[in-house]
Amino acid sequence: MSDTTMGRLSERMPRFIRRIEPPVAISFACIILLLLFGGLYSSAFLSADYLLQQLKVASFLGVIATGMMLVILLGQIDLSVPWVVAAGAMMACAATAYGPAATLAAVPIGILCGMLIGLINGIGVAYLRIPSMIVTLATNAVAQGLMVVYTGGFSPRDFATEEMRYLATGSLIPGVPNALIIWAIVGAGMVFVLTRTTFGRAVYGIGNRERAAYLSGVNTRRVVMIAFIAAGGLSAFGGVLLAGYASKAAQGMGDAYLLPAIAAVVLGGTSILGGRGSYLGTVAGVILITLLLSILSVLQMPEAGRQIIYGVVIIAMLLLYGRSPTNQ
Amino acid sequence: MRDWRYWLAEQRGTLIALAIFALMFTIYISNHPAGLTTNVAQTAANKGTLLALVAMAQTLVVITAGIDLSVGAILVLTNCIASMVVTGNAFETTLGVVFVLFVGALCGALNGLIVIYGRLQPIVATIGTGAIFFGIALILRPLPGGTVNETLADAMTGKVFGIVPASLLMLLAIVLVVWLPFCSSVIGRAAYAAGSSETAAYMSGMPIRRGKFAAYTLGGLLASIGGLFLTFFTYSGQASSATASTYTLLSIAAVVLGGVSLFGGRGSAIGAIFGAFAFRAIGDLMFVFDFDALWQPLFQGVILLLAVSIGALGLWRVRNRLEWFG
Amino acid sequence: MIGAEALFRMEGISKRYGGVRALEKAELVVEPGRIHAILGENGAGKSTLIKIMAGVVTPDEGRMVLKGDDVVFAGPAAAQKAGIACIFQELSLIPDLSVADNIVIADPPQRFGMIDRKAQRRLAEAALDRAGAADIHPAALVKDLPLSRRQVVEIAKALARQPQILILDEATSALTAADVAKVFQVLKRLRQDGMALLYISHRMNEIAELADTCTVFRNGRNVASYANGSKSDNEVVEMMIGREYRNVFPPKPQATASDLAPVLACRDLSWAGRLKDISLSVSAGEVVGLGGLDGQGQRELLLAFFGVLSGLSGDILIDGKPVTLNSPAAAKRRDIGMALIPEDRKTEGLMLPMSVRDNLSFASLDLLSKASVIDSAAEQRRNEDMLDLLAIKTAGLDIPVGALSGGNQQKVVIAKWLMRRPRIILLNDPTRGIDVGTKQEIYALLRRLAADGAAVLFYSTDYDELIGCCDRVLVLYDGAVKRELKGDEISEHALISSALNITGNGHHPLREGAEA
Repeated sequence: MSDTTMGRLSERMPRFIRRIEPPVAISFACIILLLLFGGLYSSAFLSADYLLQQLKVASFLGVIATGMMLVILLGQIDLSVPWVVAAGAMMACAATAYGPAATLAAVPIGILCGMLIGLINGIGVAYLRIPSMIVTLATNAVAQGLMVVYTGGFSPRDFATEEMRYLATGSLIPGVPNALIIWAIVGAGMVFVLTRTTFGRAVYGIGNRERAAYLSGVNTRRVVMIAFIAAGGLSAFGGVLLAGYASKAAQGMGDAYLLPAIAAVVLGGTSILGGRGSYLGTVAGVILITLLLSILSVLQMPEAGRQIIYGVVIIAMLLLYGRSPTNQ
Repeated sequence: MRDWRYWLAEQRGTLIALAIFALMFTIYISNHPAGLTTNVAQTAANKGTLLALVAMAQTLVVITAGIDLSVGAILVLTNCIASMVVTGNAFETTLGVVFVLFVGALCGALNGLIVIYGRLQPIVATIGTGAIFFGIALILRPLPGGTVNETLADAMTGKVFGIVPASLLMLLAIVLVVWLPFCSSVIGRAAYAAGSSETAAYMSGMPIRRGKFAAYTLGGLLASIGGLFLTFFTYSGQASSATASTYTLLSIAAVVLGGVSLFGGRGSAIGAIFGAFAFRAIGDLMFVFDFDALWQPLFQGVILLLAVSIGALGLWRVRNRLEWFG
Repeated sequence: MIGAEALFRMEGISKRYGGVRALEKAELVVEPGRIHAILGENGAGKSTLIKIMAGVVTPDEGRMVLKGDDVVFAGPAAAQKAGIACIFQELSLIPDLSVADNIVIADPPQRFGMIDRKAQRRLAEAALDRAGAADIHPAALVKDLPLSRRQVVEIAKALARQPQILILDEATSALTAADVAKVFQVLKRLRQDGMALLYISHRMNEIAELADTCTVFRNGRNVASYANGSKSDNEVVEMMIGREYRNVFPPKPQATASDLAPVLACRDLSWAGRLKDISLSVSAGEVVGLGGLDGQGQRELLLAFFGVLSGLSGDILIDGKPVTLNSPAAAKRRDIGMALIPEDRKTEGLMLPMSVRDNLSFASLDLLSKASVIDSAAEQRRNEDMLDLLAIKTAGLDIPVGALSGGNQQKVVIAKWLMRRPRIILLNDPTRGIDVGTKQEIYALLRRLAADGAAVLFYSTDYDELIGCCDRVLVLYDGAVKRELKGDEISEHALISSALNITGNGHHPLREGAEA
């Protein structure tokens, strides 16, 4: 008996190691290279303070990229991230205007708004079978329209609640930022869902071959819809944390998160066609992007350079991993 | 003969877009305090033309069953370049215009090459190139500014003989010089065929790759004409990410309203032009009915969402559920 | 046989797909002014031969000679230039373009670099006229035409290229009797004009009426050529079957189970003109086969049972009670207990890049999880059981299922459903493209499952299998059950003749299509 238990254990351990695919390894290698390169420039790059600070900044992107990854694993994409992030942040801040009870519930309210937009995305993609790119582009516009109407075109005047600020900037464990803990929890949840639950298996199955998943008796439409709801919720949660970090929400605060979220997921080896990818890769992608941005800004690289580097990196990595097969 | 019925069926999307535009524009004009004056027509034409150019660019790519999410970025990039080079005497200005158009075509060609030979999904490929184009625009114009040959700008946005908006004439010229030759050439037909059924097009020995490449390149070219026109409007260039993303979004909305199938193979740039004008007219309705301008983005978003949902009606006819999965 | 007047010759043509041999040293001689029929069972290599001629597929070896010169076709365009036009089973029309656009698609008339629409219209009208379909309007969109009209447009499109050789691959399969008569007139006229025609059809009566020469293919080779009319239908069927290998089938039980209450049944099941009033029943312990030519509604019937088709009329009964199944998820529920081994394991049965483990348990996750959290230990146990039960050869549970051999992949598909212990097992051609050894294991397994009380409904394109495995066989033709064969009645001759819809006497009855 103990033999088989041991056998099973040993089979499971290398399984985890074996799952580290080349893109993930390359991403981690790039992170180390970037740090070494930065270290040559200034030893501050290798200090614990700097690294923790970067991880904290990475946490916001990390939470948003988690939702994006879920959707990309299905072979879809979520372009509604910019205004779902903003809507989550604004609605959470807005809750302060409606008494102490609403103030306490600010974080869930923000997340709920994101889930609602995600629900529309999910219905459009799963049940109406509209290409995800189009639906999410449209809901992004609707969310933007709602927020513009709500704020009257000005920056919202509400401020983030104490709880939001604590979640984003406090540290429950001395020295470890709460944002990082939240990302760790969200990430652990995602890993659990992807590897241990029927939902996670269905996500990979649909991403690989929706037809086969459907014929296996999986309710593929429900799975796709739930994934979009989760992605909306996570984007909005990211927005809530960002609002807590900056103490307030702002129009267009989510614009800077769409491309990095897609780039982080793709850089981490998740196939843009769906069905393949591990969360470890997304973690590597998020850290890599954050470090890259940080170093570019330390080097005084303007916004323009960052945009170009995003674009080049996305296309180059896709040409390496994400090509669709030839059919001729 | 029954010819006209087939013609009607083929042009149905375009005609519906025309009807929507006519309806919306009539409502708009009849409620406009000034009525249909040449100035009102000129303003409407100029606003519509800008979107129509971008929508035509999007149409070319959508016909091949692709999508160009970088179209707004090409618009902004060429706007920034135009604000630097389209100045000086007539010769310099002409050279400048040619250069702007060349850059636009180059951007489109890059998209085409990556999609065709890199075999990348058009969505992500153009998200990536869009970031690059926008980055270059930011390098060129970190702050809004620049100038443009004002004589040319005023001529293009003004009226001919005091009545006809020049922008409409330009649009007509583009349809005659770019669109009609494209869609009645073998290359253009290959682009349609590739979007309709790539396998059947291959079996029929069509030049699929050249068709797609031409569509992407011409798309870039049309987007750069849009960039020029934007410069004529504003007399300056600005690397605004809001402009880029708004025009990308609106181009898709106009294409959908214009009866162009997002699944490829069906629709025409003329439909997209009407779609663009109809979309603008719908937006303008809000002003004449004294809606707060704040509602406009929401209004446009909802219209887009409804327009794309209409395409889903065909699902009710699917009787083999495996067809959901293509 | 090889006369000086041969227009086109194929010599020693071979083609393999993966490990499967589609053509093996095949020969063919095409002469001008003759209609040459090609016959053979499903998978005899006819389609591959045609595709090679049309430049769609490149042969692994062999040479092709056109008018005395060696030719190599780089693609369909090259073959068309050389004067070979082909009308495929899968239509090559572009749905969103007009009939005229499609007809001239290969080489439209141009003026100043633009397509000359007037000339195009004239060419299209002329071609439609030659194809005997002047009633089709050149401006109509192809997607708006019914299937039978599209097929005629295909013929017109091929004729517009002024080919020397015209290949028709099952070109009449979607046509009504009236259309067929017209097409035949056209083909005979083309023969008079000196064109060489290759005609592939399963319909013996058509071949008898039309062909000058016939060539029979079997297992990737041409086994016989003869002048039309020199062989009886029986002799032709014998040649198509051949006597090559025999699979070893498990013994069938003596007592038939048909007196038991049926587990799965349907009454007057119809769907979208593709299934017509089908009634059948399958009892526990019974293996019932579905026979007939490819594409007569067998796949649709299995999909209808499995909840994939909507808009069905008629009843599906489980244990004698009518049920409504709206999805495979509903069909696999425990109280129904249905399983479908789908047609194409690569796109419908498996997720090739995923591991053997994930694939094996994919359909049974509801049984292996609590609160949707997968019990890894139980999953591991069940997976290992299945590897043992079906003797699946794999280097481990974690390797991608795409790395296994075709036979082992198919076993994974079957195992994934057996893990649920289904009461009703539907199989859609489960042995296509796998090795003989695995086939035998699958036959034995089917029999064992039936003996354990499962009801098995089994579609196969291989007649040997139906004979060896099934207690009863229902032969489908044009979406309806044409004949039920029981026990000793199940013979190759009976299967093929009822599949081709010819009666046992060798007469050619009127086409069934005439009824429709």
